[in-house]
Amino acid sequence: MDELITMTAADLSAAMAAGEVSAAEVTTAHLDRIAAVDDRVKAFLHVAGDDALAQAREVDARRKAGEPLGPLAGVPVAVKDLFTTVGMPTTCGSKILQGWRPPYESTITRRLRDAGAVLIGKTNMDEFAMGSSTENSGFGPSHNPWDLDKVPGGSSGGSSAAVAAYEAPLALGTDTGGSIRQPAAVCGVVGTKPTYGGSSRYGVVAFASSLDTPGPLGRTVLDAALLHEVMSGHDPMDSTSINAPVPPVVEAARHADVAGLRIGVVSEFSGDGYQPGVMTRFTEAVDLLEALGAKVTEISCPHFKYALPAYYLIAPSEASSNLARFDGMRYGLRTGTGSAEEVMALTRAAGFGAEVKRRIILGTYALSSGYYDAYYGKAQQVRTLIIRDFDAAFSQVDVLISPVTPTTAFPLGERVDDPMAMYLADLCTIPTDLAGNAAISVPCGLADEDGLPAGLQVMAPPLADDRLYRVAAAVEAALEQRWGHPLLAEAKGLAR
Amino acid sequence: MPITRDEVAHLARLSRLALSDEELDHLAPQLGQIIEAVAQVQEVAADGIPPTSHATGLTNVFREDEPAPCLTPEEALSGAPAVEMQRFKVPRILVEE
Amino acid sequence: MTVTYESAIGRYEPVFGLETHVELGTRTKMFCGCGTTFGAEPNSQTCPVCLGLPGSLPVVNRRAIEYTIKIGLALNCSIASWCRFARKNYFYPDMPKNFQISQYDEPLCVDGYLDVAVGGKTVRVGIERVHLEEDTGKSLHVGGATGRIQGAEYSLVDYNRAGIPLVEIVTKPVPGTGFLAPEGAKAYVTELRDVLRTLGVSDVRMEEGSLRCDVNTSISPRGSGSWGTRTETKNVNSLRSVERSVRSEIARQAEVLDGGGRVIQETRHFHEDTGVTTSGRSKEEAQDYRYFPEPDLVPVAPDEEWVKAIAATLPELPSARRARLIESWSLSELEFEALRNAGALDVVEATIAAGASPADARKWWLSELARRANDMGIEVSELPITPAEVARVAELVAAGTLNDRLARQVIEGVLDEEGTPDEVVAARGLAVVSDDSALLTAIDEAIAANPDVVARIRSGRVQAVGVLVGAVMKATGGKADAARVRQLIMDRLS
Repeated sequence: MDELITMTAADLSAAMAAGEVSAAEVTTAHLDRIAAVDDRVKAFLHVAGDDALAQAREVDARRKAGEPLGPLAGVPVAVKDLFTTVGMPTTCGSKILQGWRPPYESTITRRLRDAGAVLIGKTNMDEFAMGSSTENSGFGPSHNPWDLDKVPGGSSGGSSAAVAAYEAPLALGTDTGGSIRQPAAVCGVVGTKPTYGGSSRYGVVAFASSLDTPGPLGRTVLDAALLHEVMSGHDPMDSTSINAPVPPVVEAARHADVAGLRIGVVSEFSGDGYQPGVMTRFTEAVDLLEALGAKVTEISCPHFKYALPAYYLIAPSEASSNLARFDGMRYGLRTGTGSAEEVMALTRAAGFGAEVKRRIILGTYALSSGYYDAYYGKAQQVRTLIIRDFDAAFSQVDVLISPVTPTTAFPLGERVDDPMAMYLADLCTIPTDLAGNAAISVPCGLADEDGLPAGLQVMAPPLADDRLYRVAAAVEAALEQRWGHPLLAEAKGLAR
Repeated sequence: MPITRDEVAHLARLSRLALSDEELDHLAPQLGQIIEAVAQVQEVAADGIPPTSHATGLTNVFREDEPAPCLTPEEALSGAPAVEMQRFKVPRILVEE
Repeated sequence: MTVTYESAIGRYEPVFGLETHVELGTRTKMFCGCGTTFGAEPNSQTCPVCLGLPGSLPVVNRRAIEYTIKIGLALNCSIASWCRFARKNYFYPDMPKNFQISQYDEPLCVDGYLDVAVGGKTVRVGIERVHLEEDTGKSLHVGGATGRIQGAEYSLVDYNRAGIPLVEIVTKPVPGTGFLAPEGAKAYVTELRDVLRTLGVSDVRMEEGSLRCDVNTSISPRGSGSWGTRTETKNVNSLRSVERSVRSEIARQAEVLDGGGRVIQETRHFHEDTGVTTSGRSKEEAQDYRYFPEPDLVPVAPDEEWVKAIAATLPELPSARRARLIESWSLSELEFEALRNAGALDVVEATIAAGASPADARKWWLSELARRANDMGIEVSELPITPAEVARVAELVAAGTLNDRLARQVIEGVLDEEGTPDEVVAARGLAVVSDDSALLTAIDEAIAANPDVVARIRSGRVQAVGVLVGAVMKATGGKADAARVRQLIMDRLS
């Protein structure tokens, strides 16, 4: 395996800056890797190929011309297929957008391009970000590089698999109910859900508008921080975008020190349904943090148990409205004959998968007159209570921690016919999405039962994203010292 | 039964989804299960609790009334399944709004 | 239809209400920076946002909020201190997102009124709410006989108009206008249009669709004490249609009730050619728009200072202006209405400012100039003559340099772009002959040529002098002051 593909983004960036290797070489190495393994991982829906090389050569030219370049220049980034990209298709994992080429670029990919990052391809995902395994993709699932028969998580499963399989050092994802953190955890990589509003949603196809948060994935905490910093910041094209400086996440990732930090363990996130091996690794992480000097207590967030039902009302409701535009009239699939009404209905029936249809119907139900108050309205109230739980917790501790997801990667096909079982994967991640604050998933070991990765979730108040990186970096450093190598080095077969 | 097959059919019509009979058969019990689960939110005592529709607390975000570059007609129509006279051609509309 | 309006109104009491949509005259659209020019090439003023492309997001146009608050203040509304946009969800090809960003239970302005003059009385039309939303695209229906949806084979959609800011003004129901209901509805729309035009927030051209009305009408038997079921009439595209649609609906509903039937609550379509309404779509199920707060936009919370600043920019509203002008020009209501309907208020005011008397200013603008403008199919303000020039002509008449007939010729000359009034007088030699000696020659000739007339005058039939005056006027090519000529003739004959 070419050394270039095992290097971190930080190291690649330094090497290119030092003239040791060109951006073109780095991109070529990653394209070769994709060609070698993606027939099995199936992380990518579109590989940019020659276009990626052209981007890389342009970076080399800019560098040669003496232009000062940032830390992402020449670094390949895999982009979840939910971001609109000019010159590359954008499908959102759905047949209804198969072949669609957006006439405009998302703010985040625009910023990455300007920073010299090489957009190496678009990654697979659960259709319109609805799912926890990529099995809802209209183009077939992706596979977990640790064990190809297992799911890579979702909805950003293609991105997490790409990073874990060394196909790209960095990837973009979006997190609405846990869709960055959960795939990161089950693939043994780092993934962050920034503060809602901290990264622009312009050009990010909407699933649940008040929850969707674009964020970074990488193999190390520092790498994730580098991407986090470049992609984030206020965007006047997004009314929900926060007009405040990006929290100093890179600096925090470089100062992994938790001495004196007050850490709260969420008592609700344990017990029935949690895989023992996952809980063991989590408990060890808690002990580790204490050993590093943090003050750990248990905190109860009593309304968190209503987070899942509230989420599965709010998200489908917003989605049912956001997805109404896909009707075959202006772009995408059009199928069927008859009146406009008939063609719309036939197109949507043919173009949407089962989970999307389920959520559209559920959302339409929850917003219907007569049901609004009892369902959507009530869920919005629960949301307020969850925010208050967080506020109360953060008045006592600096961060909260929990497992990321109750189990390790489950087998492909296991939960496909059981939506409720699938939804349980989001148990620990959903509260942060509802409240809009920030959270990270950092690998904390392999579960004994199956040798598959588990992740530690750290949660911080809104705009305190840097705290996440401080804690995550401390855990990462301590664990790697204990193991003697990064976690991914233990992956047998493909991921190695 | 929290939701009947007929209700599902009605919701499908409202949301322009031409579901097959098999799909309708399948969906009603599945959705019923989900609806029962999400109805849990009603257990929460929430008198006097204001709903949250926006987590950020932002207000008054505006843009000035200044022109910005727009798409060319070609770009606007670029994904269209059918075009005529520089307009989006759509099948006959049954019901006037 | 056998029941006439007159018969209907004798037995039933009407209630009307109006929902008016106003396209704001902002430079750019409600949620994006696309232009709003009317009549541009199809789909040449669109972007990802107003096309509703996947991933696009709306951002509120500040000026649209400002204009809406302005309208609310002019209509005596309370301005919300905090409100949100909401999504109105339904599927329709002219709506790119298949939802419209609008306002639901939190409109920007509520609870106001507009006083309207109807049949010499003042009717206070309550304003329920004023809210903001985005306009839809426009469809051409191809293949049917009438260009309407029925019978069309397909439609062609242009999204230039999609996203233009639209203000919706909803009145409270207006009872108590009796047989004047049709006029009342028309008067409300006319007054509202004037207010909006004065505010400068819209060009309010009904023919271009920047002002659209839906008219609600209901009737109930006289003395019943309750209100009837109302119908909503759409496609009301002119002031005249507002009046006609109310009139025809009252008659139609009366016929239904007379026959023992029930009025169905429905949407009806007004037909310009026949002047009647027909039933619109029959809906199997009532529309459930599933409103919820727009998650892509944050609340709008205008603070007191901003609202005060906007209030300070309010111009003199039409009702205040009317009162002021009626007083200072000594007009009757009817005289004022005549001026207003001719679109002549501004030019008359300017002419008076340039020195003419109110009476003179009115006289010229309402006669010659209104006629000419009508013939040319333009507004009086668009004629190629300025108020200052009209004032000059009036001045010349007052000074005796011109008489009315000559003045008319001077005005024609200015309209035909021959120059200023003075230049036209000089070029055409139109000045009144003021030299008595020249006149006396013509007078003597007329006297000599009409001995029988002279005899009649001398015998006491003084009116006969008109013949001699006419002869002198003819001889001088009309360039004489008729009164002076008459005086000179009488002097001569005495």
